[in-house]
Amino acid sequence: MFSEYLIAGFLIMAGIFGFVGSFGLLKLDDPMSRLHAPTKATTLGVGGVLLASMVHGFTVEGHLSLHEVMITLFLFLTAPVTALFIAKVHIHRHQTPESLPKAGDDIKWATHDVSVETAEPKTDGPDERHG
Amino acid sequence: MNLLRRLVPHPILTLLLTLTWVLLTSTWTLNSLVFGFLLGLLIPFLTQPYWPHQMRMKKPLKIAAYIFIVLYDIVVANVVVARIVVFKPNRKRQPAWVTVPLDLLTPEAITVLAGTITMTPGTVSADISSGGHALLVHCLDAPDPDAVRDEIKQRYERRLKEIFE
Repeated sequence: MFSEYLIAGFLIMAGIFGFVGSFGLLKLDDPMSRLHAPTKATTLGVGGVLLASMVHGFTVEGHLSLHEVMITLFLFLTAPVTALFIAKVHIHRHQTPESLPKAGDDIKWATHDVSVETAEPKTDGPDERHG
Repeated sequence: MNLLRRLVPHPILTLLLTLTWVLLTSTWTLNSLVFGFLLGLLIPFLTQPYWPHQMRMKKPLKIAAYIFIVLYDIVVANVVVARIVVFKPNRKRQPAWVTVPLDLLTPEAITVLAGTITMTPGTVSADISSGGHALLVHCLDAPDPDAVRDEIKQRYERRLKEIFE
């Protein structure tokens, strides 16, 4: 009985945070701020569903399922990467080196810098450049 | 030793891939362990050209403490961001760009820091400087951008420096 309340609680929490994440996309008014809502609120949104699934698997079906842990791990690996890609596109299209703060000693941010080799470790392969 | 290094270029990745495979199949048998280990040997060997430098960790045990701090911060971050989204009017919100100068040197440590920044309270890492010495961070609501920078350096970067360097 208690586990059912726990599962329901997790699902409700997941629903609320998932909703707030989508609502933030609508409500926030500049592109970079919009990025915050889905990257954060959905983490706990999806996390809540996964926790509910684990509790259900453990108490009702009687076995410990670890797939949820994997989903969480993959989510934590991919969410920052997608956020970074969107941020980079935004910088490419809407920001100039003057509209951003100074990049410390390096003068330019990597997205704006098309002339100098970036800090990636060099490989032995031929240096192919696009754009 | 040199041959072993060539055949197993990333021992940590090998272990991680084995564990991932066992968790994915969700069957605790020798069968899946052996096949997972085989994949763990094969994948780092084949992808070696894309990751030529071996990763080093000084204090791997501190990772556990770091994970718990980040998980706790993610939960807090969700509540904080949800409150800003729902209750704070757009004109009162103060979004800001913040430059975080980096003390970290290895690409792996900087990647983990950038990922952590994106997952935690009101911040998204947006870019790295062309020489890799600073991160560009966007804040959802930062009345005091310097405080955000100091917190990132104190709370996450210091710990990552202990782990990786």
